[in-house]
Amino acid sequence: MIEPVAAAGREQLIWALLAEVPDPEIPVLSIVDLGIVRHVRRDPDGRLHVGLTPTYSGCPATEVIRVAVRAALDAAGLADAVLEEVLSPPWTSEWLTEAGRTKLKAFGIAPPEEPVLSPRRLWHAPLVTCPRCGSRVTERVSEFGSTPCKAHYRCRACQEPFDYFKCL
Amino acid sequence: MSARTRAPNERDPAQQEAHFRYVVRLGDTSLVLGQRLGEWVGHAPALEEDLGLANFALDLIGQARLLLTYAGELEGRGRDEDALAFLRDAPEFANLTLAEQPNGDFGHTIVRQWLLDTWQLEIYAGLQESADTRLGAIAAKALRETRYHQRFSSGWLIRLGDGTEESHDRVQAALDSLWRFTAELFAADDVDERMRAAAIAPALTELAPRWSARIDEDLRAATLERPAARPYPWHGRRGVHTEHLGHMLSDMQHLQRTYPGVRW
Repeated sequence: MIEPVAAAGREQLIWALLAEVPDPEIPVLSIVDLGIVRHVRRDPDGRLHVGLTPTYSGCPATEVIRVAVRAALDAAGLADAVLEEVLSPPWTSEWLTEAGRTKLKAFGIAPPEEPVLSPRRLWHAPLVTCPRCGSRVTERVSEFGSTPCKAHYRCRACQEPFDYFKCL
Repeated sequence: MSARTRAPNERDPAQQEAHFRYVVRLGDTSLVLGQRLGEWVGHAPALEEDLGLANFALDLIGQARLLLTYAGELEGRGRDEDALAFLRDAPEFANLTLAEQPNGDFGHTIVRQWLLDTWQLEIYAGLQESADTRLGAIAAKALRETRYHQRFSSGWLIRLGDGTEESHDRVQAALDSLWRFTAELFAADDVDERMRAAAIAPALTELAPRWSARIDEDLRAATLERPAARPYPWHGRRGVHTEHLGHMLSDMQHLQRTYPGVRW
């Protein structure tokens, strides 16, 4: 019988382990920063269950992340851990942690700003702050960028182009 | 998962079959539309649109994977997402006929996309309340992506429709040519009826006016004319397709058919 405090402590260790697994497309973020680890728990038989949720349904990184998590768990001697896909509630950019937002900005990617996505119209671009100089005078170059989760912007103050982590 | 609606599913083979078919139809529409959009990669009029259409293709194929994986489980014959996507022939595909129509020019693709995005908006919103919580979770996920798609496609519909004389005429022609396939979008059959009765699917009769109102609003902004309703000879959801699907599948399934069981 595992003592509850000890069990909770072990789960903390698993979270710490997962916090070392980078997002393959934005390696400055861990999968915990990104908010896609949904749960770490043990079932009554003592088996570890880790719940992961995809960002976008078709995000190609999802498979890579599963493999990386599996490898990290194997390396920690947790080869019998069960990886579960969790779809509900759906991931949104609001799942990004505060630490994740800070890391994104330091890396030169503007974190998401508008919490609600209006279904209307292409040309209502959200107002985004330049991650380099902090200017609000920026413009959208493309609604789509190098990965499904990013759009492309340009700062009109410092003239630098930058990625914007889209609000979903 | 609601025991109330789950229990009859497992006991009644006709209900189980309808449940499978309902989910396959949704998955096939996303898959076929995603494959069509993928044909634009490297050919779109500008880099932004190329990236946009590829992003949507990715979302749609992601939705198809979730839906077809689930369909395979409902069917219970051991078929996974790959078996369903790559090893069925056209008559076994159950996508909406509109989704398989060729790309045409960029305006034609935009009209097809906008009609289907607007349809998916209503379907996925309705499915969020489904008694089938797994289907509801997939729909809730897909709905957020679909909003993004519809914003893009309606935005371009308006730019092109209310653009130059040339762009206006081209999207109007695309609309006139694709409109006949919209009759299928809300034509309920036995599968829809069973799913509605089990509270798994929303009533199509309730969704149709909402779709129609949104379509009219965008058409007004785009200065386009809504074509007259046409008789309805296509039933892609029942496996009766236009000739275009077979050609598309021969391309999409080539590798898996030529090298059965291939892995990479």
